[in-house]
Amino acid sequence: MLSKEEVKHIADLSRLKLSEKEIELMQKDLSAVLDYFNLLKKIDTSKIKLETEKFVSTVNISHNFEDFDGLLGTRKDEAIHQSREVVEKLIQAFPDKKDDYIKVKAIL
Amino acid sequence: MTYKVTIGLEIHAELKTNSKMFCSCKNDPDEKRPNYNICPICMAHPGTLPVANEAAIRKVIKTGLALNCEIARESKFDRKNYFYPDLPKGYQISQYDQPLCEKGFLQISDRMIGITRIHLEEDTGRLMHSAQEGRASSSADGRPDGESFSLVDYNRAGIPLMELVTEPDITSGKEAREFAQELQIILRYLDVSSADMEKGQMRVEVNISVSKTKKLGTKVEIKNLNSFRVVEKAVDFEIQRQTKLLDAGEKVVQETRGWHDKKEITFLQREKESAHDYRYFPEPDLPTLHLKEDYIIKIKSHMQELPDQKRERFEKEFGLDKDSIEFFVTNKDLSEYYEKVVSEFEEWTSEQEKAGAHVKASKLVANYLISDIKGLLVGKEFIETEFKITAENFAEFIKMIYKNEISSKVAKMVLVEMFNTGGDPSEIVLQNNWGQIKDVGELEKILKEVIEKNSKAVLEYKSGKKNALQFLVGQVMAKSRGTANPEKVSELFIKLLK
Ligand SMILES: [Zn+2]
Repeated sequence: MLSKEEVKHIADLSRLKLSEKEIELMQKDLSAVLDYFNLLKKIDTSKIKLETEKFVSTVNISHNFEDFDGLLGTRKDEAIHQSREVVEKLIQAFPDKKDDYIKVKAIL
Repeated sequence: MTYKVTIGLEIHAELKTNSKMFCSCKNDPDEKRPNYNICPICMAHPGTLPVANEAAIRKVIKTGLALNCEIARESKFDRKNYFYPDLPKGYQISQYDQPLCEKGFLQISDRMIGITRIHLEEDTGRLMHSAQEGRASSSADGRPDGESFSLVDYNRAGIPLMELVTEPDITSGKEAREFAQELQIILRYLDVSSADMEKGQMRVEVNISVSKTKKLGTKVEIKNLNSFRVVEKAVDFEIQRQTKLLDAGEKVVQETRGWHDKKEITFLQREKESAHDYRYFPEPDLPTLHLKEDYIIKIKSHMQELPDQKRERFEKEFGLDKDSIEFFVTNKDLSEYYEKVVSEFEEWTSEQEKAGAHVKASKLVANYLISDIKGLLVGKEFIETEFKITAENFAEFIKMIYKNEISSKVAKMVLVEMFNTGGDPSEIVLQNNWGQIKDVGELEKILKEVIEKNSKAVLEYKSGKKNALQFLVGQVMAKSRGTANPEKVSELFIKLLK
């Protein structure tokens, strides 16, 4: 089982504030998750490789460039102009903003 | 007692590409409008898929080849996890255990500096802090008390960023600076990065330890070094600081320090919390890269000339001295112009004088570009498209000096005129009547006038003072506004004053 300190550390890294009770709960929950992964880790995957070609065809990435072909799964270096509408929606989605900046709690 | 100093560098460089690393947003380091070049991918919205930019990968491999690295046949991206507002995703896509390039080296003044690895990652956003730490309640910037916050601009988030790590082979501030400077030239020659340190396109971090024994001392990191000069100064300061601590029997603490520009000292910096617990894992959204031999060969065959190759070639082809060569190596555009002028000059020379003329012209062109043109540019960068003197006109100008059609004094006036107007040198000479006086009678007339007015100098000359002749020649040159040939004038004086 995970120690209290380990859970606190993970919570810190995830910027989560946990109460004593939640820490105890997480000790059990997280441990169960990790146990499950340890079970998965026992499977011998040394002979299995993620095939780039399959990956590429699944996610449908184009990879035929006129000038520089031969690197599967990458895109040609072309800048595409973002529509202002999309950019504005992204800015609208900021939890807090000042002009077009995202505003956050003071850091460092 | 002497100490062993061990220094390694970590250098980041923003790559010069059209688009960002994993999305098609424009890579524009000069964009002033905040959050202008952003999209759902680089803003980490759910359901988006990153796709790697091939040109960025190619540029890192090109750099690796230039630095004698082994290029990976299989390379992948990993997630480096940490929370910080400059990072939209909560992780940075980077490379952990399979970087694109490994085990290279770069030679700087007779020393080999090993290169551990070069990998590819994405840059973070830019943070602006509204209030200084420790005086959050002050209103220096006119903000109401207590309203202390930071602003984030994500235009830079997702720009391809190369990270190069050296072996701990460096032993002084000077070496650290030289390494960084040479790397900058290489990145510019390969068109990989603009590598401007002031603009943050190239960032140098130093790991340094000082030890009494052969064993490594405690590692101290120095960050935020924004010029080559500062890299050298910070390293030398840190060597002294750590040496003093050890001399006093104290211990060096492992920490991250920054550079204080005004005080010229390093100081303890507060670090991002638990910065070293990154929990790397393979990026599941990006396929493994298989870098086949023909792909790498193709990159090799597209390689530009490297600074060291240029040094060698400039010595062989133009016979220039070390300082002139270094000037041209660090001023790439001007060196290309130089080569054009020298080759244009060849057009003016006949077959039989070619070899001798080439040697002389190579030096003449170099001298005029390094001293006069550099002076006329007054610190401004040479940009050929904005430069008014065409290579052809410059070559004709050099020919006029070479063939003694104008004196060096007139040459300077002609050059200023060419620089300002872009005019043809022979036209300028003609219009201003600056051609050399060919008529001996006219020249004698001026000489006689000078002799009459300077009887004292004439007497001195006759009594054997050589300097007096120089003075008289100078007077003629002034009177003729530089259009007399000084050698001819001096010959004539000797004849007249016999
Ligand atoms: Zn984007």
